Amino acid sequence: MSATTEPQQTNAATAQPETMTWDSKTRRMVTIYVPLACFLIILLFPFYWMTITAFKPNAELYDYNTHNPFWITSPTLDHIRLLLFGTAYPRWLMTTMIVSVCATVLSLLSSTLAAYAIQRLRYKGSQYVGLAIYLAYLVPPSILFIPLATMVFQLGLFDSPLALILVYPTFLIPFCTWLLIGYFKSIPFELEECALIDGATRLQILWQITLPLAVPGLISAGIFSFTLSWNEFIYALAFIQSSENKTVPVAILTELVTGDVYQWGALMAGSLLGSLPVAIFYSFFVDYYVSSLTGAVKE
Amino acid sequence: MSAVAEDKVWVRQAKAQSALSKLFDWKPFLVAMCMLPALGLLFVFLTYPLGLGIWLAFTDTTIGRSGRWVGLENFEYMLEDPIWWNAVFFSVFYTGVATIGKFGLGLWLALLLNNHLPFKSMLRAIILLPWIVPTVLTAIAFWWIYNPQFSIISWIFIELGLRTTNIDFINTAWPARWSLIGANIWRGIPFVAISLLAGLQTISPSLYEAALLDGSTGWQRFRYITFPMLLPILAIVMTFSIIFTFTDFQLVYAITRGGPVNSTHLLATLAFQRGIPGGQLGEGAAIAVSMIPFLVFATLFSYFALARRKWQQGESND
Repeated sequence: MSATTEPQQTNAATAQPETMTWDSKTRRMVTIYVPLACFLIILLFPFYWMTITAFKPNAELYDYNTHNPFWITSPTLDHIRLLLFGTAYPRWLMTTMIVSVCATVLSLLSSTLAAYAIQRLRYKGSQYVGLAIYLAYLVPPSILFIPLATMVFQLGLFDSPLALILVYPTFLIPFCTWLLIGYFKSIPFELEECALIDGATRLQILWQITLPLAVPGLISAGIFSFTLSWNEFIYALAFIQSSENKTVPVAILTELVTGDVYQWGALMAGSLLGSLPVAIFYSFFVDYYVSSLTGAVKE
Repeated sequence: MSAVAEDKVWVRQAKAQSALSKLFDWKPFLVAMCMLPALGLLFVFLTYPLGLGIWLAFTDTTIGRSGRWVGLENFEYMLEDPIWWNAVFFSVFYTGVATIGKFGLGLWLALLLNNHLPFKSMLRAIILLPWIVPTVLTAIAFWWIYNPQFSIISWIFIELGLRTTNIDFINTAWPARWSLIGANIWRGIPFVAISLLAGLQTISPSLYEAALLDGSTGWQRFRYITFPMLLPILAIVMTFSIIFTFTDFQLVYAITRGGPVNSTHLLATLAFQRGIPGGQLGEGAAIAVSMIPFLVFATLFSYFALARRKWQQGESND
């Protein structure tokens, strides 16, 4: 039986260049699908655990002997209710959303202009400016937050979401500019030349010709900026003091973790709800996201 | 004759431009306007704070009081501080082990994904999930997984009969260090795998066909084709990974806050603890500045790796 199926398998395998080295179905199973399944289980387990904890009543949460910990026998919305009505969680979500959207718009605007100037206007030294912007991406927030905290304090922006909106572009602009330079490069220059001959101004060209063609690039850069701003932690932790102005990641860690008895159900519910907007946003544009991630590395 | 007439018409249209739109067609002005927002923001909130941070490291600034110049005092104090040395040790150890883990497993995952698989794009999307979800929120999930009393990992081990007691994940120094490294590897694998997968897909299949005809083994194909072709991307991704692992803050702050007894402080968390809640801005800045030599090293590595390829916006397109 196996002797008859094996040669067929080999023929089918040699037909496709990707699978030409694999000679049997079992070997393929053991070397590809089993490790892949292990990777998937390990990578997704924390999310499963987060979700299941968020809906477990406390009785099941702290008792693994009478209830199977991997399943819920009587799911409850108590933790989510506590989170939404017992804390300022909706407010934190709102603040995070505003900060992320504003920072994204600001950085998209400035990096589009910068990328256009570097890639299309080609002024003297534009290469070096491009390199400098790239190097700016390598400066991590961890060494900037202390001086920035003193600056934010002197500017009177301490404890204000505006400080975060102004500071987040420092790590968003380098990435977006880098990404958009790559996109602008892929748009044929002849299109712009035609428009120039027809008497369009440079700004008209940017607005009516280059930008519509660069929409995929803009979407990628926008998604990336949004998720990075949503994830940002250290600046928000250092610059924001009052509870109502905190962003979700900071608020969960500093407002929900109080005392010695942690509300694990509510903590997990908060983590789950805080992850959902990014996850939903991501799932709509996943191809753009992957292409931006891989494109930026390949460029 | 008619050509001249058309010329005149065209000139008249050009004259209809307003002074403002003419200004925007003047290249130096246009370039300046385009570069101003990006460079302005980066200069004010990145370059200036970088300089300010270095200056603060040489002062005794605290919160609410601007400091005096104290020379190298902060650094002298730092070099005698066992907690700082411990943080340096753990930062290097954390970065080293986590990078090896991430790249080993990430490369393996990328090679697996590079096969002909059903639902490939969906798999790719699912695998990236740990990377896009906010670090702190997954760190809290890990904190719960590492809970001394209700850890699910301990429960599984006990149920399987491999242990009789709960595993102590985060309350003693070495287990806490390994737990943090584990969480960091978990979060880093997707980025490495997806980036390297992009690199793998650019390798032409004809190279493998030629090698197969020459009778190469699977390991030889990996060693002499896949690995060298992947090296440029590997170098860049690794530089980013090293920089952001070395300066990591969120994971450690969320899971252990540097404890138990300062054994899991990274330089970034130590700088935060001294600088913001501790109020010693000068000292915190000095600790943050002490990360710069490591970063410069990593950046130079990246630059030379990039320089081997054609510079992105160079004159010659490839």
